[in-house]
Amino acid sequence: MNHSSVLQVGLYLLILFLLAWPLGRYLADLFEGRVAERCPRLAAVAGRFYRLCGVNAGQDMSWWRYALALLAFNAIGVLVVYALQRLQVWLPLNPAGMAAVEPGSAFNTAISFVTNTNWQGYSGEAAMSHLTQMLGLAVQNFFSAATGLAVAIALVRGFARRSVAGIGNAWVDLTRATVGVLLPLSTVIAVFLVAQGVVQNFAGPTEVSLLQPVEYSQPKLDADGQPLKDAAGQVVTETVTAKTQSLSMGPVASQEAIKMLGTNGGGFFNANSAHPFENPTPLSNLVQILAIFLIPAALCFTLGHMVGDIRQGLAILGAMTLIFLVMVAIAIWAEGQANPLLTALGMDGSGGNLEGKEARFGSVQSALFAVITTAASCGAVNAMHDSFMPLGGLVPMWLIQLGEVVFGGVGAGLYGMLVFAIEAVFLAGLMIGRTPEYLGKKIESYEMKMVSVVILATPLLILGGTAISVLASAGVSSMANPGAHGFSEVLYAFSSAANNNGSAFAGLSANTPFYNLMLGPAMWFGRFTVIVPVLAIAGRLAAKPRLAVTAGTLPTHGPLFIVLLIGTVVLVGALTYLPALALGPIVEHLNLFL
Amino acid sequence: MSNKTTLPLLDPALIRPAMQQALYKLSPRAQLRNPVMFVVWIGSALTTFLAVQTSTGQGDAPAGFVWAIAVWLWFTVLFANFAEAMAEGRGRAQAEALRGLRRTTWAKILNEPRHGAQWQLRESSDLRSGDVVVVSAGETIPGDGEVIEGVASVDESAITGESAPVIREAGGDFCSVTGGTRVLSDWLVIRVTANPGDAFLDRMIAMVEGAKRGKTPNEIALTILLVAMTLIFLFACVSLLPFSLYSVASAGQGTPISVTALVALLVCLIPTTIAGLLSAIGVAGMSRMMQANVIATSGRAVEAAGDVDVLLLDKTGTITLGNRQASAFLPAPGVSEKALADAAQLASLADETPEGRSIVVLAKDKFNLRGRDLHDAHFVPFTAQTRMSGVDIDGQDAQQHGKRHIRKGAAESVRVWVEEQGGAFPAPVQHSVEEVAKRGGTPLVVADGREVLGVIELKDIVKGGIRERFAELRKMGIKTVMITGDNKLTAAAIAAEAGVDDYLAEARPEDKLKLIRDYQAEGRLVAMTGDGTNDAPALAQADVAVAMNSGTQAAKEAGNMVDLDSNPTKLIEIVETGKQMLMTRGSLTTFSVANDVAKYFAILPAVFVGTYPQLARLDIMHLSSPSSAILSAVIFNALIIIALIPLALRGVRYRPLGAAILLRRNLLIYGLGGVLLPFPCIKLIDLFLSSMGVA
Repeated sequence: MNHSSVLQVGLYLLILFLLAWPLGRYLADLFEGRVAERCPRLAAVAGRFYRLCGVNAGQDMSWWRYALALLAFNAIGVLVVYALQRLQVWLPLNPAGMAAVEPGSAFNTAISFVTNTNWQGYSGEAAMSHLTQMLGLAVQNFFSAATGLAVAIALVRGFARRSVAGIGNAWVDLTRATVGVLLPLSTVIAVFLVAQGVVQNFAGPTEVSLLQPVEYSQPKLDADGQPLKDAAGQVVTETVTAKTQSLSMGPVASQEAIKMLGTNGGGFFNANSAHPFENPTPLSNLVQILAIFLIPAALCFTLGHMVGDIRQGLAILGAMTLIFLVMVAIAIWAEGQANPLLTALGMDGSGGNLEGKEARFGSVQSALFAVITTAASCGAVNAMHDSFMPLGGLVPMWLIQLGEVVFGGVGAGLYGMLVFAIEAVFLAGLMIGRTPEYLGKKIESYEMKMVSVVILATPLLILGGTAISVLASAGVSSMANPGAHGFSEVLYAFSSAANNNGSAFAGLSANTPFYNLMLGPAMWFGRFTVIVPVLAIAGRLAAKPRLAVTAGTLPTHGPLFIVLLIGTVVLVGALTYLPALALGPIVEHLNLFL
Repeated sequence: MSNKTTLPLLDPALIRPAMQQALYKLSPRAQLRNPVMFVVWIGSALTTFLAVQTSTGQGDAPAGFVWAIAVWLWFTVLFANFAEAMAEGRGRAQAEALRGLRRTTWAKILNEPRHGAQWQLRESSDLRSGDVVVVSAGETIPGDGEVIEGVASVDESAITGESAPVIREAGGDFCSVTGGTRVLSDWLVIRVTANPGDAFLDRMIAMVEGAKRGKTPNEIALTILLVAMTLIFLFACVSLLPFSLYSVASAGQGTPISVTALVALLVCLIPTTIAGLLSAIGVAGMSRMMQANVIATSGRAVEAAGDVDVLLLDKTGTITLGNRQASAFLPAPGVSEKALADAAQLASLADETPEGRSIVVLAKDKFNLRGRDLHDAHFVPFTAQTRMSGVDIDGQDAQQHGKRHIRKGAAESVRVWVEEQGGAFPAPVQHSVEEVAKRGGTPLVVADGREVLGVIELKDIVKGGIRERFAELRKMGIKTVMITGDNKLTAAAIAAEAGVDDYLAEARPEDKLKLIRDYQAEGRLVAMTGDGTNDAPALAQADVAVAMNSGTQAAKEAGNMVDLDSNPTKLIEIVETGKQMLMTRGSLTTFSVANDVAKYFAILPAVFVGTYPQLARLDIMHLSSPSSAILSAVIFNALIIIALIPLALRGVRYRPLGAAILLRRNLLIYGLGGVLLPFPCIKLIDLFLSSMGVA
């Protein structure tokens, strides 16, 4: 990393923390009802809304009622998004006349957006009507982020409360998350993006004249649409000059804002944030990567405020930041290298590995974006991860496999990291001669059972799914590059789905019945076999008394704890995935450089 | 105390039976108790099957390799069994030794339940509920019981801390006596109401033998984590077979990973080290308690001891020596110090309490006053009503000493006594009384008839070294609270001298209970010692409750540990033992998981180098051959269990250093050490194997 990239990363983190600090405090106030206390008029409107929906806002839910409410809410979300895709041909706001989405793809996409994954087997501009994008996908971008936020807050309440049965009201939390945080912030971001040139309209595809006509050759077709062949059996080509281009339009900015802020990542267009209509300028790029980490970073401060010790939140944030910095350094270094296969052909590699990257972002901003989008479970891309160097591609893949806990998804990052903290504290607590406790709560066998479910769920889905896919012919045939890289593509796909990231090593043609059906359940179970046990932990912790902190208590706020937490995350991630990574990116790297 | 039992760590006499036990424990039913080792057991069975299969000529891998792996996997199971058997053997040996050594006092068992009946001597440990014994002056009461005949003064200071003897008599409120207390005068016929400690001992023996040892809560939680890790590695290893098949097909070279190698990798990765030693650690913890002569009624209690953050300690016997001693004479105006000493000595001549004797001794030391024989003097014993004792010299002795009515006792009682006779209680004496109390002493006022002679200062003697122990506890994050019946002034003075963090003065049993509840409501774990029946509610409420073996049966039942030595300072050792057990568990788990890094570096290149030759670069140990690499890792994995048995039995050393420093130390030793150590070890085993030409 040179000075310029150090400066770029440093500046990014500085702005991020300056924004996250006040937001974290606001989130604590919001979810503990203090905002409502301060603005009685707002509270009255909210009260009318709850009464209208038949919600008893004052009632705390037990963890399982909370979980049931979230499951039902999300299951209905899946049905709605599925129905919108299947019926879009008869519905309004379909200027391009998109046909109904094929059932397998619709099923996959519905789960994908509800689970905050935003894995996209389809291309937005070729499959979805404006109505589906707005009412189906964008709405779930809000609701899936709100779900994650609610779960994280419920878990923090488990630590903060003492000897009570409830962990909050799911409906109130979802409402507060959507209306109190996500809507206002994404409105601001959307307006800014429009100012940067992101499109926002209801137009259909628009023909525009090219500034510079492009000549290209294509096979000549006969009357039946078959390529014409000459006497020698060669395909006859003709040269065509293109003077116009068809540009897809739509309500992009409004969807783009929540796509980043909610760590969703599902692009309006197939090219995602590499597309100039989604991410036109370096400034829009900066705002997008800030939006990805904003809420996950703020939640660390929220944790500190809610448990009454800001240092606890800072420790979690510190652990996340340190892992992030190391990963960014590796990725920027890897992408700054020239690809030896290309330099061997006499190409200039001084700009780094630029294959699959936008020239306006370059290798540093592309690598930074890739690390941020995979550290958080966003999955938006401004460059093609498939074309990264082997180690540059290993970094995003491994960040996903760590469980999306380095900042992570909205809410999901915090609750995932807290599960790791429980695990770390369990062993560390024993090592100082006490039965383990974290944030004043004893960690006992029930919590360890739930922690085990959480840490087992995603490896099972990822390794199991990849194993089936590399054995099945339907799985292998989708690989663009056979061999170790093909293996990496499949491993990346399942890692991305099960951890609800949504980005892809795009070389894999995933819009097939096989992958749609394999990845759909991977996303659903990757999301909810984590959320349900996390809520169970929250419920059990809330019921416990809070222990006093003494000199004999394991300090969970110092550098030592940060090291311990990082060690736990990295060791679990390394031990689980090292064999698989050895057969993918590590072999590729050794192939390329040795 | 003398009856501590110490055993060498690896007693040769215990090794042979432990080896036998290790074989018996190979039965699948015994293995099911430990899920992680059960996986190894299945792996061993599977590789044995594959080894037999090689004789048919179409094996999974070369026959010698498969056989070697199978044998070493069985060794892994056997070594874990051996560790457990060793710990159990040690515990059993200690229990037997304890049973033999404990309580060699003798009891006189009466053939008929009346005084004067024939009696025979029997060991007090053989006493059963319902036996009737006679105890004469100077003898120790052999067990808890009820007086059915006789009246006697009994020194219960060891239990109650009250130095004045109490009267025990048949019938009424004063009929119950406690084992370990001493009859000072006369005799008592006692019906024993409790079987001494045996019930606890039997439970203890059953627990150390492993037959009834239930897993402790933390052990269960840790086992869950270990099972989860095992499952993760199971996923990683099982999925490696399809990954390998795909890689071989797409690279077009090499052979898919063999099932034998997969099983070897799995066994190396799953936390066998800690799983194999876990129950040994638990058993060893119980037996370390036993070495300290403490019987825990559950492993849970030992575990909770490590968590304690408030210690309630009775002043008397724990912080101060059981008895107060006279330290100064403070005469009233117009009275010489010698005259006061003389009167005090006369009043104490018949006083057999340690305080009384110390007054006689002090008078002798200071003024060379000798104990005198009095012939027809009338000694007035201490009673709870008068709260005074003394002597009336009227007859023959009066010619020598003058006619005297000397009393010594609590200031208030003496004031009443003096004023009843028309005397006055001088203000300077009252001042001395307050001064003494402020210094943490107990004032005894001496009066002769209606004249107040002065004050004897009795001082509590703080035990040597106790201040340092409390400082250590403070470093461990444990708060010490002194409980005493003394008034606040006295309590504060002693608390300051002993260096406790807090004190509860003028404590009644219900105050103790309330204090424990308050601490628990604050989220603290409380440990206490107790012995009296009125301690029982507090003992039941405390998280760790150590009853003195000399205490009442009610106290023992309410507590979750019994200290056979009846030494209240033991609480500190108990806390340390609890911590040590938890630390050993945590450290070995960390070590076990950290070892996996090196094992990956040994095995992964070995199994995939045929398919992807580039992966040889990961073989940073430069092992001699793929099969030797795998075998070396498996052998290391088995041997490390044996190597760590002494550590598991002895426990990781606990030092009161504070949580952060302790964690840093253990992380460095067992975390970093666990990552680094296997590299040279596996390399050495590999060198040995290749030099032997085995692989």
